[in-house]
Amino acid sequence: MILSYKIGGLLLGLVFIAAVVLVKPIGVSTQFVIFDGIIWDVFQTDVVVSSADTKSGYASSNAYLNKSGGSYAKSVANPINYSFVFVLAMMVGAAVSAFLRGGLSRTEKTMPMVWRSRFGDDPWKRYVTTFVAGFVVLFGARLAGGCTSGHMMSGMMQTALSGYIFTAGVFAIGIPLAIILFREGASQ
Amino acid sequence: MTIIILAIVLGFAFGFVLDRVGATNPGYIIRMLNFSNLHLMKTILLAIGIGSSVLFAGLLVGLIDVGHLSVKSAYAGVFVGGLLLGAGFAVSGFCPGTGLAAAATGRKDAMVFVLGGLLGAAAYMVSYAWVSSTGILDDIAGGKTTLGIISGTDYPALIDAIPGEWLGIAVGMTFIVIAMVLPSRTATEDLR
Repeated sequence: MILSYKIGGLLLGLVFIAAVVLVKPIGVSTQFVIFDGIIWDVFQTDVVVSSADTKSGYASSNAYLNKSGGSYAKSVANPINYSFVFVLAMMVGAAVSAFLRGGLSRTEKTMPMVWRSRFGDDPWKRYVTTFVAGFVVLFGARLAGGCTSGHMMSGMMQTALSGYIFTAGVFAIGIPLAIILFREGASQ
Repeated sequence: MTIIILAIVLGFAFGFVLDRVGATNPGYIIRMLNFSNLHLMKTILLAIGIGSSVLFAGLLVGLIDVGHLSVKSAYAGVFVGGLLLGAGFAVSGFCPGTGLAAAATGRKDAMVFVLGGLLGAAAYMVSYAWVSSTGILDDIAGGKTTLGIISGTDYPALIDAIPGEWLGIAVGMTFIVIAMVLPSRTATEDLR
C-alpha cells in the first residue's frame, strides 16, 4: 500500500527542503548526460580533458559538456560527485523500499495494470513504447534544462518562473494525451 | 567526503519516499494525468506547498542559507521541452527520476525507458550546438526570474511590490489548500 497523501506529501516535501538546506535543490535528468559522458569517455578518452582555460578545470570537444565553464565535463571526469552519487543512492533507496514492501509481481514488472487493460499484455509493445518515450522525455528534459524534480518540484518550490513554464508545458500535453490514450483504463 | 555522505543519505531518502508515495508506479502517474486517481497529484502539490512555505519561512528567519537556492533560466525551450516530456510522461508513466527509481524496483519497462532516455540525452548532447543556434535557449522574462524579490539574491522578480519570501509562503499555502480540497479516488485495486 502507498502512503496517504498527507504523510507522503509531508515526507516528500521534507526531503526537498533538506536537500536545499544541506546542499542544493534536487535534480535528476542532468545525470543521464553525465552517465552518457562517462560511457563516451571510455570509448573516446579525449572527449573530456583537463583545461586551464575553463572555470571548472575541464573542457570537452562536445559543446554541451563544455558549456557553463565545463561543469558537466568536470562531473564526467569525476563521477564520485554529489549529484551523480545522489541519483545512484536514489535508485538504491527505491529498490530497498520495494524489497521491504514485498517486491513487485512478475506481471506488474512487465507493465502496469492501466496499460495492460488498454493495450493488452504483449511486453514488446510496452517496451518499444517506453523506449521511445524515454528518448523523448530525456531529450525534452535536457532542452528544458530540468525535469519533474528540478523544474517542477524544486523550481516551483523556489517560485522560479521557469518551473511554472515547464509545468504548464508538461500538463498541456500530458493530461489530454493520458485521457485520450487511457480512456478505458479511466473507467475502471 | 561529507558531501558524498549527504548525497547518499538524501538520495536514499528521496528514492525510498518516491517509491512509498507510489511515484515509481507508472499506473499512478497515468491515472493522475487522466484524472482517474488524483492521489499522487495531491501528494505532489502538498510536497511543493510544504517545501515552498517552509523554505521561504526558513529564509525569512535566517535558518536557511539563501546561497543554496538555485533558480533555473526561463527560455522558450523550457516550454517546448516540457511539452516533449509531458508526451513521454503520459505514454509511459515515467519521468527521468521516477523512471530510474522504478527500474531499480525491478520494472523492466522502466529499464527500457532508461535506455531510451540515455539515447535521448545523447541525442541532445550532439544536437546542442544546433539547438542553441536557433535561439530557443535565449533567456526570456529576465532569465532566472522568480515571482518576487528574494533578498540576498540577484534574481529578477515578476512582482516587485511584495517581498518574494512572503509570496513564496502564500503560493506554498495555496498549493497546500489545493492539495487538500482536490478529490481523491481510492484505488480499487492494489496496483503495486
